[in-house]
Amino acid sequence: MKSIADIKAIRERMQSQIIMRDNSDSDEIRVVVGMATCGISAGARPVYNAFIDEIAKRNLANVKVTRTGCLGMCKLEPIVEIYVPNKEKVTYCHLDAEKAVNIVVNHLVNGNVCTEYLVNNEE
Amino acid sequence: MYRSHVLVCGGTGCHSNNSSKILDEFNALIKANNLENDVQTVQTGCFGLCTVGPVVIVYPEGAFYSQIKVSDVKEIVEEHLIKGRIVDRLLHKDDHETADNKVTALSETNFYKKQTRVALRNCGVIDPENIDEYIAYDGYQALIKALTTLTPQEVIDIVLKSGLRGRGGAGFPTGRKWQFTKDAVGDVKYVACNADEGDPGAFMDRSVLEGDPHAVIEAMAIAGYAIGAKQGYIYVRAEYPIAVNRLQIAIKQAREYGLLGKNILDTGFDFDLEVRLGAGAFVCGEETALMTSIEGKRGEPRPRPPFPANKGLFGKPTVLNNVETYANIAQIILKGPEWFASMGTEKSKGTKVFALGGKIVNTGLVEIPMGTPLRTIIEDIGGGIPNGKKFKAAQTGGPSGGCIPASLLDVPIDYDNLTAIGSMMGSGGLIVMDEDNCMVDIAKFFLEFTVDESCGKCTPCRIGNKRLLELLTKVTEGTATMEDLEKMEELCHYIKANSLCGLGQTAPNPVLSTLRYFKDEYIAHVQEKRCPAGVCKKLVSFTIDKEKCIGCGMCARQCPASAIVKTDYVAPGHKLPSYEIDQSKCVKCGACVSTCKFKAISKG
Repeated sequence: MKSIADIKAIRERMQSQIIMRDNSDSDEIRVVVGMATCGISAGARPVYNAFIDEIAKRNLANVKVTRTGCLGMCKLEPIVEIYVPNKEKVTYCHLDAEKAVNIVVNHLVNGNVCTEYLVNNEE
Repeated sequence: MYRSHVLVCGGTGCHSNNSSKILDEFNALIKANNLENDVQTVQTGCFGLCTVGPVVIVYPEGAFYSQIKVSDVKEIVEEHLIKGRIVDRLLHKDDHETADNKVTALSETNFYKKQTRVALRNCGVIDPENIDEYIAYDGYQALIKALTTLTPQEVIDIVLKSGLRGRGGAGFPTGRKWQFTKDAVGDVKYVACNADEGDPGAFMDRSVLEGDPHAVIEAMAIAGYAIGAKQGYIYVRAEYPIAVNRLQIAIKQAREYGLLGKNILDTGFDFDLEVRLGAGAFVCGEETALMTSIEGKRGEPRPRPPFPANKGLFGKPTVLNNVETYANIAQIILKGPEWFASMGTEKSKGTKVFALGGKIVNTGLVEIPMGTPLRTIIEDIGGGIPNGKKFKAAQTGGPSGGCIPASLLDVPIDYDNLTAIGSMMGSGGLIVMDEDNCMVDIAKFFLEFTVDESCGKCTPCRIGNKRLLELLTKVTEGTATMEDLEKMEELCHYIKANSLCGLGQTAPNPVLSTLRYFKDEYIAHVQEKRCPAGVCKKLVSFTIDKEKCIGCGMCARQCPASAIVKTDYVAPGHKLPSYEIDQSKCVKCGACVSTCKFKAISKG
């Protein structure tokens, strides 16, 4: 037997999980992780997981994390691209889980690009 | 947290196309690749686009894969789930677009663009066997709102104000039904749900029960609160095993959460539900017969009044609504009657679900605002008629409805317009016919169904329809006279005026509407002894053109009745004697026509 408060709690808990099935929000921020063989072998999976966990922890409903294939710069993997509406795309490289958390905090929450991880530094 | 959701359609259409094996394959491969904690698989209800099933959608990308086979699963897991590369080859393609224009998201297809989903909002979105997913999409919030902030009368006022009318066919205002039952004298009252969907070609109610069973449970509890009932019954046909199973799982989960049973959510309101299975008699979809059947008696209708609102189940005041009607209730309570009334026409509010079938590209389930013209449903959503054929008629309302000809395709669909043009809304079956369909044959098909399903209690229906069918059979065999056509029309009106229940009162509609719009076809059968569509076997004959026949004998070998024989005639320029058809032996199967490579055999 559940109380009204219990039902509300279930609703909130489940909503963070099913938000993924909503494709209607065009204002969303997209985090795209390179997950081809090159990316995965360079450690893209922990990066990907770190993004998802940190975003869920902070309840960032308008951020969607997706995977993509090889970006063509395999030696710079793990590569992540961030698309913020009406802003230029930002590409990060050589990421790990810790850097991913920093990106969520600084870039996604506070809007400051983490310049130290930018792909520009490598060129 | 799951990184990705794989939604596999578990509606009856996709299920019969092996979707459960596809789900098993996904689960097995996801496990083999150690992705159990990353990817969640969900078996949903019907997505609606049954014609391209089995359907699989992968989120967060929203990639819409259609016509998936078990052998395709490996590629989706390895490419899409592991590497994040959408498998282009398997993505759904819209036929109207250029061949390489792939549609990746469901909402982008022509089929979905013009739809408004209220009753079907959760179908194909949630796992119907998981109450938590229903709660995530505002499930049971309407019940909480009603129990904690509204009086029973306020609930009824909201339903009244929304303008919701019964979706089972007749279109009686739902709020008024509830009000009558609330006002009826009696300490015990019941709520009942009509899920005995019997019209040939209709599967809206099944899809709602399969895809969103909690929506019906929640609405019935709200109805119980509004009218003062503690017990509800869902009467569902036993031919819907998946729907019955999901409904029972849903009721069990709702009981565990205390959303059904005693003292719901600690508000002091008691309400419980029971499922009753129908044995597949069409007449049990009629409200009085349905309630007689729930009581355990033979499912026969009885005269009204008294109406169920005063004397229904077990002689007590009862509210009986259709599945789709209930599926709208929670949304109306949550979003308000003004929101609902903003959709539709002046007298028909909201949306209506149609089961599209017959000669149409996109067979499936669609939901459109009332007032949408039939043309939009058939041409834009349905994708038109396949194989370049010409549209002839659309049949709505099943055996109780009528045929709508091409000239009336722009009439906005609502209850009153459909009745005015000699058809009816019915439960929402919509069967499309093209130039190859004979309208007399269609009328005969539906009448055969009602003659079969007549319970036999009243004479006009039992004998009248039988006689009507005999007259119709005469037409299809070319033995009817013009007088017979007049007699048929008279008999139709007699049956409509004198039958006991809705089954008999509407049974002649297919005949009447085809007589009204396609009288020329009837006259061709009677006067010229000809079936214009070439369907009625007694009026069709096959002949071999002796000049074209090269005497290969392929047709004679194919003929199941050995009706094709060799002649003595050798056509100029040919070496072998030609063949001819012995009309007394021919069974008119048409096998010879498709066998002949020289187009020497014609149908006429």
